[in-house]
Amino acid sequence: MQLQRKDLLGIEQLDRKEIELILEAARPFKSLFTRSIKKVPTLRGKTVVNLFYEPSTRTRLSFEIAAKRLSADVVNIATSSSSVVKGENLIDTGKTLEAMKADIIIIRHNLAGAPAVLGRNLHSSIINAGDGFHEHPTQGLLDLYTILDKKKKIEGLKVLLVGDILHSRVAKSNIWGLIKMGAQVRVAGPPTLIPAGIENMGVKVFYDLNEALKGVDVVNILRIQMERQQDNLFPSMHEYIELYQMTGDRLKYAKPDVLVMHPGPMNRGIEISSEVADSPAAVINEQVTNGIAVRMAVLYLLSAKAGGEHKQKIARNS
Amino acid sequence: MKILISGGRVIDPAFKSDKKMDLLISDGVIERVADKITDKADTKIDARGKIVAPGLIDIHTHLREPGHEEEETIASGTRAAAKGGYTSIFCMPNTHPPLDNAPAVEFVLMKAQKEGLINVFPIGCITKESAGVELAEIGVLKSAGVIAISDDGNPVMDSQVMRHALEYTKMFSLPVISHAEDKNLSKNGVMNEGGVSTVLGLRGIPNQSEDIMVSRDIMLAELTGGHLHVAHVSTEGSVDLIRRAKKNKIKVTAETCPHYFTLTDEAVKNYDTNTKMKPPLRAQRDVEAIIKGLSDGTIDCIASDHAPHTEEEKNKEYDLAPFGIIGLESTLSLVIMDLIDKKILSWPQAICLMSGNPASIFGLNGRGKIKSGCVADIVVIDPLKEFVLTKNSILSKSKNSPYIGKKMKGAAEYTIAGGKIVWSEKEGINQ
Repeated sequence: MQLQRKDLLGIEQLDRKEIELILEAARPFKSLFTRSIKKVPTLRGKTVVNLFYEPSTRTRLSFEIAAKRLSADVVNIATSSSSVVKGENLIDTGKTLEAMKADIIIIRHNLAGAPAVLGRNLHSSIINAGDGFHEHPTQGLLDLYTILDKKKKIEGLKVLLVGDILHSRVAKSNIWGLIKMGAQVRVAGPPTLIPAGIENMGVKVFYDLNEALKGVDVVNILRIQMERQQDNLFPSMHEYIELYQMTGDRLKYAKPDVLVMHPGPMNRGIEISSEVADSPAAVINEQVTNGIAVRMAVLYLLSAKAGGEHKQKIARNS
Repeated sequence: MKILISGGRVIDPAFKSDKKMDLLISDGVIERVADKITDKADTKIDARGKIVAPGLIDIHTHLREPGHEEEETIASGTRAAAKGGYTSIFCMPNTHPPLDNAPAVEFVLMKAQKEGLINVFPIGCITKESAGVELAEIGVLKSAGVIAISDDGNPVMDSQVMRHALEYTKMFSLPVISHAEDKNLSKNGVMNEGGVSTVLGLRGIPNQSEDIMVSRDIMLAELTGGHLHVAHVSTEGSVDLIRRAKKNKIKVTAETCPHYFTLTDEAVKNYDTNTKMKPPLRAQRDVEAIIKGLSDGTIDCIASDHAPHTEEEKNKEYDLAPFGIIGLESTLSLVIMDLIDKKILSWPQAICLMSGNPASIFGLNGRGKIKSGCVADIVVIDPLKEFVLTKNSILSKSKNSPYIGKKMKGAAEYTIAGGKIVWSEKEGINQ
């Protein structure tokens, strides 16, 4: 079985079957990690390019390790030291990579829709590694994998996302994935960080964190960025900590076996206390490990369509 | 030089007439309109089954010359307009340099005289460099030939400046056209704020960015007695505010554009940058309010807001692409398909919104009506003509239209400007 699509732009476009296919495919890859030789020849001869327009360590590294464990040739491009600084536009950069026969291009961009622009203009497969405030589908998938791994199911679980929903692509991908898999999703944060019409996605909005935590099985804590305060979206970090920091006391409102997740990098002492981050409930490091397995699964499942002919591109759009 | 147009359904919004008549044009003016004309003519147009109307007037076009001739020129823009059934267009002053001084206005008029195919009426800036700080020399601009003033593309954020503009222009009877946008609310937004912008991860512009400024400008029009014209109305709130202002006899007029009654922000999905314009495509309830405003007379004009941008500028990330879409060659068809065919407007109402009202609001004497002695600006419309809008068919230098690939119905068969056939379906552009 393969994914019948050229690109992975978001979880919005995936159906439940496709999500399940990816999660199932990740399992055997994860079992590789405990072996002394962690590598399989699945993508031998394929070229994978990491095209990162935003600084990133963990996502870029995770994709690089995933591709290498599949025996693909991996090239990393940081745009700060490439032709992009000479003014080359996104499409031309993509076409150059395609001319070098890149089978899969993994793109991280600060602007929403940039992977879609590349996908429309190139035959190479495009994987969205995070675009603006839009989506970060592999993060969403690895979060689903981690929940499934720990809770053995997703259907019917109560999952809470806390913090800056407005600027979070992770939140968006999580919401799409969780809803499609049958979870009940809540979001909590100050009203200025909750985007318009989020209820239309099927989530319940809370401003009071304690209220939101009641009875939840999973809590996913989002990173809060310092510059949001300068935008006047909340008055001070001090007040944010008062209202929204995940502490041991707060966590008692959730179910006793609650799972604590964070996409990283964490601001300890801001959105999450060290007590919670280091507690047995936290699966933050496992998320990182699972990320590699899930990205291997995505690379593998897309590789059938990768670097294909134009007609496949048309098939995707129809 | 005589042109006889016979057998057509002659629609004149000014005189509320709508019946089968013949029309004789002689030396640039309408000589006669009668049930049957048998005079000799140099050119005869068989208009049976066609609509014969005063030439369309687009009160909101960006011609880009001077400064961005790669996007559009006065020559190419007037050709696109002629094809769209227009005999007059008003060009916005946000050129480079902007039309905030008499020589720049004179340049446009001279170029239009030399290279333009139809009438061009420039709009001058409200403020110097459209910076919203100091009033431009409005009296001098008026003498140079501007028909209205606007800082289009930029709102006048300073209420005191806007107040003075509305007050000062009273002595010239010049309408002040407001691009209603509260910049502090629209900020970095690139599309309508709502469920769709949230899903796409694009920054939103709330309706209130427009509503607040429409409200402010109506209050300033009330305070000053100046003539306010609201450009490109896109929201339910604006329509309500304008309706109420008119009831209270405040001197306000308004226009909307085809994209605000044919598309919603759902069209932005897929990040197609030809759906990016200001104000942005709104929600379904806004579309419905716009349609209601058109049918009850709250909105006076339908304008294209023709805003050409090259493919290089548009084919990129949504945030980076410029705002604006072209419209001269699709507006008439969209009005026919989405308003007339759907029985929202009658033909006379539609012609009123696209020709009669623009002429009377902006004081174009002898245009926008069909009567002996008037300027022979005429459009003959084939309401049944079917075609697909393609990039190749577009005469504008730019092809940034969200309607490319769409099946259209209704088009100009002949456009006659000043008694000269400038466009015909059979022979194309006639220089």
